[in-house]
Amino acid sequence: MSALLEVLAVGKRFGGIEALSGVSFTIARGEIYGLIGPNGAGKTTFFNLLTGVYRADSGSFRFDGKPLNVKAPHQVAAAGIARTFQNIRLFANMSALENVMVGRHVRTRAGIFGAILRSAATRAEEAAIHARAWALLDYVGLAARGNEVAHNLSYGDQRRLEIARALATEPKLLALDEPVAGMNATETATLRTLLERIQGDGTTILLIEHDMKLVMGLCDRILVLDYGRKIAEGTPALVRSDAAVIEAYLGGELA
Amino acid sequence: MADKLKTYPALRWAGLALIACALIALPFVLATAGTTWVRVTNLAILFALLALGLNIVVGFAGLLDLGYIAFYGVGAYAYALLASPQFNLHLPFWIILPIGALAACVFGVLLGAPTLKLRGDYLAIVTLGFGEIVRIFFNNLSQPVNITNGPQGISRIDPMRIGDFSFSQSEVILGLNFSGPIKYYYLLLLVLLVAIVVNLRLENSRIGRAWQAIREDEVAAQAMGINTTHVKLLAFGMGASFGGIAGGMFAAIQGFISPESFVLVESVMVLSMVVLGGMGNIWGVIVGALLLSFVPELLRHTVDPMQRYLFGHLIIEPEVIRMLLFGLALMLMMLFRPAGLWPSKVRKRELTDE
Repeated sequence: MSALLEVLAVGKRFGGIEALSGVSFTIARGEIYGLIGPNGAGKTTFFNLLTGVYRADSGSFRFDGKPLNVKAPHQVAAAGIARTFQNIRLFANMSALENVMVGRHVRTRAGIFGAILRSAATRAEEAAIHARAWALLDYVGLAARGNEVAHNLSYGDQRRLEIARALATEPKLLALDEPVAGMNATETATLRTLLERIQGDGTTILLIEHDMKLVMGLCDRILVLDYGRKIAEGTPALVRSDAAVIEAYLGGELA
Repeated sequence: MADKLKTYPALRWAGLALIACALIALPFVLATAGTTWVRVTNLAILFALLALGLNIVVGFAGLLDLGYIAFYGVGAYAYALLASPQFNLHLPFWIILPIGALAACVFGVLLGAPTLKLRGDYLAIVTLGFGEIVRIFFNNLSQPVNITNGPQGISRIDPMRIGDFSFSQSEVILGLNFSGPIKYYYLLLLVLLVAIVVNLRLENSRIGRAWQAIREDEVAAQAMGINTTHVKLLAFGMGASFGGIAGGMFAAIQGFISPESFVLVESVMVLSMVVLGGMGNIWGVIVGALLLSFVPELLRHTVDPMQRYLFGHLIIEPEVIRMLLFGLALMLMMLFRPAGLWPSKVRKRELTDE
């Protein structure tokens, strides 16, 4: 399997605190890669570095065979990385369909003059955006809720809508920040099926998650961070039996 | 009602035809009450144009702009300088109006660029300052080189003209007396129509959705690959262009402009039209502009005679009553219809849920 994302000795400091120190790993194409660690381990910092919210002090990223030089967050989506947010950030007052349509922005072109003149090309593009958005809503199981306002959707549906919106950007890597946080068992199971399906359709997934059952059952490989350092990496079975990991978690959740 | 219109498209066309007839007949009806009323209508349409432009910035993209009238001023001065004895230039209006729109657009981007990171109150203050700076420039650019003629303003501005057809002269066509204001009325109506179509199309477009997205959640919009810098500047530029065109037409219709016409109160007025009518909804914004343009005029013509009739002399100045009612209307609006008289669906959700 070839590498999709290569993380090369990435480090980030906040004042005197080293949030992330020289972390390196590789995510292969087509896998579900888990990123876990106790609170404050640097998971979210890493996520923010990858998605251009912060800039790394040291190290670099290579994505899809090219160096990933992100100067602004919006360039990340163009490069092929889509993300969801830990605390859901939908366009709350727009309909579910419109949310997904916004996701098509980065893969479409119509500008201001196209919109005003409504040329044949623009109309065709609009129709395509519409069709694709409906298809994606159907894909995540929200076809019946397309015209509902996003913030009226149930919590689980909002999570899935966020994933549909992210998928609309045609990502090569889908980065999910605690997608099942706050979900009940049924919703988690549904989401797990969805993630497996997304992987099956060829999208690589980076998963930050606290739900150990989900991470251990779903991920192909897992990276464990603790105090900004990589303490273990490998298959769920390997990570589960790693002494450093058990110590970091005090044997709690992993036992 | 809406369902009925969908099932009977003929009904819809009949309705549109009726509205069209009414709009075409309107100036002649108004003219019977006095040409002043046609002029008032023309000004109302100009304000509707301004409100539509500001609606792009405030309503669609959610960027509070308190200096919007500056773009109206830029358009007006562009027209005045290129079609008056000031520099002895007399270019035709179809060349100047696009120039004015472009100049206003440039100023829009100039204002937009340094304020990209600002939001809410801070953005409002900077835009307010910008509006004042532009006006002060108009006021003082008479020295050392006389460009704007300072506070005296520029007079004898050319009316709009196509060949021998002048929009300012009266003419009898088919037995009907087409006065200057009536001719301008039709021109303004046409421009307004175009502006409405442009607004509607922008709203339901890729860019329109991007504006809505940054208004809702800028961080999420960026994560979706929306270049917020670019999209915000587009909003400022587009909104300003509308102001520029309206300003150019204002200069031509009035024949005289001075910095006095572009004071802060005017910005506030246009913003009130947008807010009162219903931010983000094109029809609401137009209703707001017409209301705030006509009601004061109606008051001016009723309050004075009514007081004289009732009390024999004037007790309260019409202007005072106007501001009183205006303030009262705004307060009642904020209490009972915070999203405006005719809000957009999305804006209504935003403003009523919290």
